[in-house]
Amino acid sequence: MQEKISTVKRGIRYRTVSQISGPLLIVKGVKSAAYGEIVKIEGPDGEIRTGQVLETGFGYAVIQVFEGTRGLDTRNTTVTFTGETMKFPVSMELLGRIFNGRGEPIDKKPPPLAVDELDVNGAPINPSAREYPKEFIQTGISAIDGMNTLSRGQKLPLFTESGLPHNILAAQIARQATIPGKEEEFVIVFAAMGIGMEDALFFREEFERTGALSRLVMFLNLAEDPAIERIITPRLALTTAEYLAFQQDLHVLVIMTDMLNYGEALREISAAREEVPGRRGYPGYLYTDLATNYERCGRIVGKKGSITLMPIVTMPGGDVTHPVVDLTGYITEGQIYLDRNLHRKGIYPPINVLPSLSRLMKEATRYTREDHQSLSDQLYYCYAEGVELRGLVAVVGEEALTERDRKYLEFADAFERNFIAQGVYENRSLETTLTIGWNLLSTYIPESDWKRIDPKIIEKYCPKYRKFELE
Amino acid sequence: MDKEIAGVIMRISGPVVYAKGLVNAKIYEVVRVGYEGLIGEIISLREDVGIIQVYEETTGLRPGDPVYLTGGPLSVELGPGIIGQIYDGIQRPLPDIRSKIGDFIRRGVVSPALPRNKKWHFVPLVKVGEKVSGGDIIGKVEETPLIEHRIMVPPGLKGIVTDVSREGDYTVEDPVVTLNSEGKEISLNMIQRWPVRVPRPFVEKLSPDEPLLTGQRIIDTLFPVAKGGTATIPGGFGTGKTVTQHQLAKWAHANVVVYVGCGERGNEMTEVLETFPKLKDPRTNRPLMERTILIANVSNMPVAAREASIYTGVTIAEYFRDMGYDVALMADSTSRWAEALREISGRLEEMPGEEGFPPYLGRRLSEFYERAGKVITLGKERRIGSVTIIGAVSPPGGDFSEPVVQSTLRLVKVFWALDKSLAERRHFPAINWLTSYSLYVDVLKDWYVKTVAEDWPELIKEVMSILQKEDELKEIVKIVGPDALPESDREILEVARMIREDFLTQHAYHPVDSYCPIEKSYLMLKAILQFHKGAKAKLIEGVPLTKIMALPIKDEIARMKIIPPSEFKNVYEHIINELKIQFSSLKGER
Repeated sequence: MQEKISTVKRGIRYRTVSQISGPLLIVKGVKSAAYGEIVKIEGPDGEIRTGQVLETGFGYAVIQVFEGTRGLDTRNTTVTFTGETMKFPVSMELLGRIFNGRGEPIDKKPPPLAVDELDVNGAPINPSAREYPKEFIQTGISAIDGMNTLSRGQKLPLFTESGLPHNILAAQIARQATIPGKEEEFVIVFAAMGIGMEDALFFREEFERTGALSRLVMFLNLAEDPAIERIITPRLALTTAEYLAFQQDLHVLVIMTDMLNYGEALREISAAREEVPGRRGYPGYLYTDLATNYERCGRIVGKKGSITLMPIVTMPGGDVTHPVVDLTGYITEGQIYLDRNLHRKGIYPPINVLPSLSRLMKEATRYTREDHQSLSDQLYYCYAEGVELRGLVAVVGEEALTERDRKYLEFADAFERNFIAQGVYENRSLETTLTIGWNLLSTYIPESDWKRIDPKIIEKYCPKYRKFELE
Repeated sequence: MDKEIAGVIMRISGPVVYAKGLVNAKIYEVVRVGYEGLIGEIISLREDVGIIQVYEETTGLRPGDPVYLTGGPLSVELGPGIIGQIYDGIQRPLPDIRSKIGDFIRRGVVSPALPRNKKWHFVPLVKVGEKVSGGDIIGKVEETPLIEHRIMVPPGLKGIVTDVSREGDYTVEDPVVTLNSEGKEISLNMIQRWPVRVPRPFVEKLSPDEPLLTGQRIIDTLFPVAKGGTATIPGGFGTGKTVTQHQLAKWAHANVVVYVGCGERGNEMTEVLETFPKLKDPRTNRPLMERTILIANVSNMPVAAREASIYTGVTIAEYFRDMGYDVALMADSTSRWAEALREISGRLEEMPGEEGFPPYLGRRLSEFYERAGKVITLGKERRIGSVTIIGAVSPPGGDFSEPVVQSTLRLVKVFWALDKSLAERRHFPAINWLTSYSLYVDVLKDWYVKTVAEDWPELIKEVMSILQKEDELKEIVKIVGPDALPESDREILEVARMIREDFLTQHAYHPVDSYCPIEKSYLMLKAILQFHKGAKAKLIEGVPLTKIMALPIKDEIARMKIIPPSEFKNVYEHIINELKIQFSSLKGER
């Protein structure tokens, strides 16, 4: 091997690995590697791995190895600089295919033909080119449709804990999501980062069973796969989504699970680079890094397609202040909380609507039904009162409560039982959801307390007064 | 070409590039990096090695690539064409970039901040032979129906006018006035350039004595901010920082609003872009966009430009202040700006302070907030202008003890604490009335007494004491239950509930409720307190509380917020009248 190179040449192999630590390789004697350049690494066992330049200077380059560094050495390992940044080949043939976390097909079919190669890092959407998400997506789940709507182009994460049915819920949303009155179906891009094989299989079978497999692209980085690869997985998924949405005019729903594992992979690299940590050992740029992923979704003025994003984030020990969870909440347009207490009560989906939020709801409900927003506000208010009173009951007992308070308490229980709870295969229309809400209010709360709703709306929509059937 | 090859790249680490050979470089000089000419700024120099923060994505740069000097520090262009624009953190016009390269921002694009071909109707305001110096107005341009753009002599320059263009249409680059400055002919056009990190000069700072009314009841009444003052809104995610900032940008009684979207969501800027042109300023009935400037360096745009964005914003704000305007600057969010500092500091391998933030975080924040103020500007007429700065903070985990909140609280005079539990109950704005404060209450008292009502201070005091009392009582209720309280205390709880729900909550998206004039806020409070007074009197007479609370007038009080201001005076008189009638109908059982 000739090591001495004076001019910038690509495709030359270096056998000058000087240091291996964690997921990082340091190569010496490299004249000028480009920042972000992709390299191919051949270990002593002949296996080819992929890496990316994280830092470069005269005579050295720091490389992160996606497949991990196990089995590499400093004597025989060779590194080849490709001169390119990371690209992913795209075409409509991606639909129905399954890839590993770094974009290689694992469904025993030949690689799909590419019509274009896109940079996996994408580019920021010009804020003046964005279109505000307005179109209400009906998920058929009351706790979401009634209380925290999802819109096309929105990013709405599920905050969950281990052992909760977030996968079942995500699959139900993917299965049921439609725009009322429109026939267009969603294409689903699924990115798994560090989840178990069983969970991945669950999603696959779920989509297979409903015949949605032809509208699905899967990227699977499983628990046993290299952790560093997880850095690339969401980027591949979003690059695919961008192609399908903004070049092929499709409506794409991206589900990413579990972002906590992604954050941990990022932390691992940061630690290996001996960077100054921010909170709890996570790098200071965690926010920016998450945002460069999440912000790739949305709508663009004049384009038909859209990217809607639903990341699933585990809160370790239910801790919402965990950096990955917290920063996700700061970037996304709301969040849906799954709650262990509701789950224990046997309520599915165990969505705690109080801390849940959809920032785009006020806009979406302008185009649904007139009473949607104010009914939701009223339900919120009453449920929050009821839940607060539960705390009081625990201390002073139910006898000490006033008549009014007792009604709110009953309302809160009924709300959880009838409104939040529903079947895994129950697909409620928005009208059904709203009717349940109106009935609960009428049953438990005196009308003089319905301060959040305009009396005209009450008269028009409350089933008690309704003189005509709504379509 | 005004740039010379100065050095070569040695090392690249994210947005930070090390280059050597920079012998003639100055600190904070703007450089062009690599063959694509990416924009960067020298932030540290050691002999001929400079550390450069690059405002664009650095992927693909290589050691050995060239670095060019430009000779000047990071500056903004100031002149007609700025209003209604949306810029990135280093003042590149985003719509222009879009029309050049499409929907996604790629790097290496240059576009002038002010449109070069647009003609403005210039009206000269100086004559040949007049002596002028920095800050003097030489002419004016009607930039929008709301803003008369006053063309000023740049600070530091003086001379005698030797030539003035006639009234007519000119581009920003056309010379409009020529000066003889110590024997040198200097021709002035409508553009000024000013380095963003240097505060623009003024004659004297004045102490604030007038509130910046915002149309938000809780702010205008309980926690006002002064024109030229500083305020902060910290809150965890979902507590409504951005909605509050947007409300202030919409309704604040300022002549010019600069909104810096600093590392936040792209869709939030889109919301401003879509709604502001449709909304009308209630005082002038013109579209809000005619007084607004947006700086959008959203979260996925380069971090170094995010660091620069608040300086770009505040420099533009100072420029309009210098014309004699009241300017309000909203920065959402300063935490993201601080994180950009942290990221760059980390790449420089500096010794970290708390939570990895650089030790100079506090100093940099204070330099920023110090640029607020009410001032006598440069120029003959001694104009008075102000910059009010309102910064949002996004503390991780909603924890107010973290470094950015704490450093900010040491500097600002108004603290609007957003409260997660209020937000969860959909009590918006979720400003906690017990933990928030405004240090301007005392200095603004005279203004309120003179402008709104004589009894203003007592009124506010009473409201605060009811809310305070409610908090104490709630503690007791938690232990013994509400039934154990005497009727007089339960009446306080009920009135406090009315203050909270019928006054403090305000619906940002309701066409009427979104903006509440101060006169209306005053009367609303009067009505609630009148009810309180009547209720107390009746309790003493022995009327049970349930009867008082069942009075139909309560519902009318609850609906006060959605009465348009123009009709409110009549409604108020009706309510006061009804209160008298309904209370006198109650008879004691004692």
